Amino acid sequence: MRNRRWVFTVLLFLALCLRIQAFKFHRTQRTERISGSAGDVLEDDPVGRLKVFVYELPSKYNKKILQKDPRCLTHMFAAEIYMHRFLLSSAVRTLNPEEADWFYTPVYTTCDLTPNGLPLPFKSPRMMRSAIQLISSNWPYWNRTEGADHFFIVPHDFGACFHYQEEKAIERGILPLLQRATLVQTFGQRNHVCLKDGSITIPPYAPPQKMQTHLIPPSTPRSIFVYFRGLFYDVGNDPEGGYYARGARASVWENFKDNPLFDISTEHPTTYYEDMQRAVFCLCPLGWAPWSPRLVEAVIFGCIPVIIADDIVLPFADAIPWEEIGVFVAEKDVPKLDTILTSIPIEEILRKQRLLANPSMKQAMLFPQPAQPGDAFHQILNGLARKLPHDASVYLKPGEKALNWTAGPVGDLKPW
Amino acid sequence: MKQLTALQQQGRRSNSFRNASSPLDATVDGAIKSPATIFWLVLHGLCCLISLVLGFRFSRLVFFLLFSTSSSPSATTIYSALQTKLPSSGVASTPERNISVGAGGSRVVVGRHGILIRPWPHPDPAEVMKAHGIIERVQTEQRSLYGVKNPRTVIAITPTYVRTFQTLHLTGVMHSLMNVPYDLIWIVVEAGGATNETASLIAKSGLRTIHIGFNGKMPVLWEDRHKLESRMRLHALRILREQRLDGIVMFADDSNMHSLELFDEIQNVKWVGAVSVGILAHSGGSEEGELPMVQRDNNETDEKKSEMPVQGPACNSTNHLVGWHTFNTLPYLERSARYIGDRAVVLPRQLEWAGFVLNSRLVWEDKLEKPVWVKEWEDVDRDGEDVESPLSLLKDTSVVEPLGSCGRKVLLWWLRVEARADSKFPARWIIDPPLDVTVPAKRTPWPDAPPELPTSAEKVVTIPESMEKRPTKSGSRRKRSSRSKRKHSAKVLDDRLSIRHPGDN
Repeated sequence: MRNRRWVFTVLLFLALCLRIQAFKFHRTQRTERISGSAGDVLEDDPVGRLKVFVYELPSKYNKKILQKDPRCLTHMFAAEIYMHRFLLSSAVRTLNPEEADWFYTPVYTTCDLTPNGLPLPFKSPRMMRSAIQLISSNWPYWNRTEGADHFFIVPHDFGACFHYQEEKAIERGILPLLQRATLVQTFGQRNHVCLKDGSITIPPYAPPQKMQTHLIPPSTPRSIFVYFRGLFYDVGNDPEGGYYARGARASVWENFKDNPLFDISTEHPTTYYEDMQRAVFCLCPLGWAPWSPRLVEAVIFGCIPVIIADDIVLPFADAIPWEEIGVFVAEKDVPKLDTILTSIPIEEILRKQRLLANPSMKQAMLFPQPAQPGDAFHQILNGLARKLPHDASVYLKPGEKALNWTAGPVGDLKPW
Repeated sequence: MKQLTALQQQGRRSNSFRNASSPLDATVDGAIKSPATIFWLVLHGLCCLISLVLGFRFSRLVFFLLFSTSSSPSATTIYSALQTKLPSSGVASTPERNISVGAGGSRVVVGRHGILIRPWPHPDPAEVMKAHGIIERVQTEQRSLYGVKNPRTVIAITPTYVRTFQTLHLTGVMHSLMNVPYDLIWIVVEAGGATNETASLIAKSGLRTIHIGFNGKMPVLWEDRHKLESRMRLHALRILREQRLDGIVMFADDSNMHSLELFDEIQNVKWVGAVSVGILAHSGGSEEGELPMVQRDNNETDEKKSEMPVQGPACNSTNHLVGWHTFNTLPYLERSARYIGDRAVVLPRQLEWAGFVLNSRLVWEDKLEKPVWVKEWEDVDRDGEDVESPLSLLKDTSVVEPLGSCGRKVLLWWLRVEARADSKFPARWIIDPPLDVTVPAKRTPWPDAPPELPTSAEKVVTIPESMEKRPTKSGSRRKRSSRSKRKHSAKVLDDRLSIRHPGDN
């Protein structure tokens, strides 16, 4: 018995010494601390501030789907899967639902992929509905609040509207059953149907290992002024232009295609990540949806993001002061983009670069495995913790019903 | 995000049309269609048919002419009034939208927007200059954060002499040195005394230069030339010592090529450093076009990889200096050049000066700071002793620091290319007065020199003729004309020579 104890303490000591570093950044001398609107919240530790209960759903909602298509682990919606894994082994998890502040339902709604790798959202409403029916019938906690203390991760294009086309998504609106729940999603646009109050916006998933292998020495001089790689016209779906990106990307191309300061093209270079590290500004215009993994890449590689998307809500907007870090350009001002960028005072540009160089900023945009302090998982938990304690109106009186279980298109009501 | 599934190719138009009709349906009772909607549907169908016939979207033109507005996508009340009546679908003019059915009307609307293009979509030079200023400032900041802290002055020593290729070589070195981001002192030692030619050339650099003359004409034989160069460099070090110049000494031979990384790398040297030098052992003449090859011990297989030989420090796996890579002269014993301008391989010494960098304090007088393993200057500086390389300054060669990731990076290239020693060129490359046609010496010491070339008068006549004949591309006629003009029997070789501008150097 005593031997076992010694062995255990030795092992514990060793475990403390050899910490697994999943991601390491260059330490720079001059960085600035990110102070969010609520104080220095990026470095808050959520452990102890909230408790999350994870429902045990049958594997047809999560494991089996992942087994059918493992590409779900690497595409930009992989956050839902990694969040589940993180919560299962996290310190905020509680196995006693009575003391839980938040309830998490692990249902992978964005894992039905086409051969090309793009997710189809047609079955997602039914899948979500089926999961909610399950939890409401097997546990009393859903009916207690009609989902107001539950949170769901819906990272797809337009969040819980479950469609990739904006008009269709607006038409559907947020799934009626999720009207009271907290939604953790990548989509964010002010005054939009698909962003409800109190949602937490997260960055899309970008693979940390892949980005780390492409890091170049920080002494490489930044010689590109503006950098962008991607489509300007989506010829397959919008041949004349004007729909895609609300015409903003096409405008960028038409105005700046012969400008030597703008390194923009539709090519897919193998040195994409390296080029971003050699650029001062990186364009992050909207596409079919306003969000883009370019923002994450720009932050990781220290390139100042130029966000061209009206009314966009950026990830963790209550914790990260995006106006101080990035440059916001209205879509109607795109023809004047070169004037706008060259007239930013140089001290401001240097300050933005210092803010971007801050490792806590980069860490907050990533989903590393295993999770590290200050990463996106922790920021999500911080966001949830900031919403506590729950308002008393969250708890429904017995017999009171707030949700309409038969609302929505008829196709959604079919069982999954 | 990009949506490229085949499903959507059912057409956005049809979707948006269905979508468009739904707000209309929403405003009107589901079952009953008001006359207005029927009218607009009919009009829409008519427009579609006409477009089909005409082959372009004529309705767009019509609407544009009817409601000629500027293409501003911001929704205003005028547009909102219009769009409730217009069928919003593919057949529409540019400022066409659907207001998103959202809580608390958003400014941003879904639908087709105009592509804004400014009237003159081309770069403005003033802004380009501003952007370059921004980039430079960012790079200076980067250098101060991640680059060398406390950069030291670089002292470049260049032995030179006036000859045809001097301008070519010296301009190359000058431009490299002008791009070095650190303080620089350029010591130019000139064989045969300081001349105005060289002085005017290096004055163009704008660098701090010390131009010294050295007594003694540059010899024609390569061996002697190396010796004189070493003496010239020692003379420069003597000047360093007298003037107590502080910095890092590097030897920039005027015909070498330096990469700018070299200057960043040598800032790391403490006392003596060595870098790897790529040897471009020039083989003159196009007939022997082979590049020099490194002979390997296992040479049974006939594959000779034409690798460039490299001189420099050799390290073991723990990045300690264990030896030197030097140039193997064995393959070239028969074919090496003996004099300047010879058409044969020009060989470097075992270890060239160019591959070494010194801290200038090594040659200073005061004994306090110098490390123990450096020889006294007086011992080294004795005339008559052939100082082959800076290693002669050291008692113990193991203290040399290998630079450039332990000699793995080649940071400069050694090359000796010269014209023939008796070649002439206009002073300062200014043609004033007009050029005399130079006639090469009739009796040359080189056995394979071309035979007697035509005199100037004939040349003036042949050249325009051969130029005229060339475009006709009749080889025989060309031969005949040149043959007729020349006294000697024509060989193909001679033809080539006569058509090529003769007598140039």
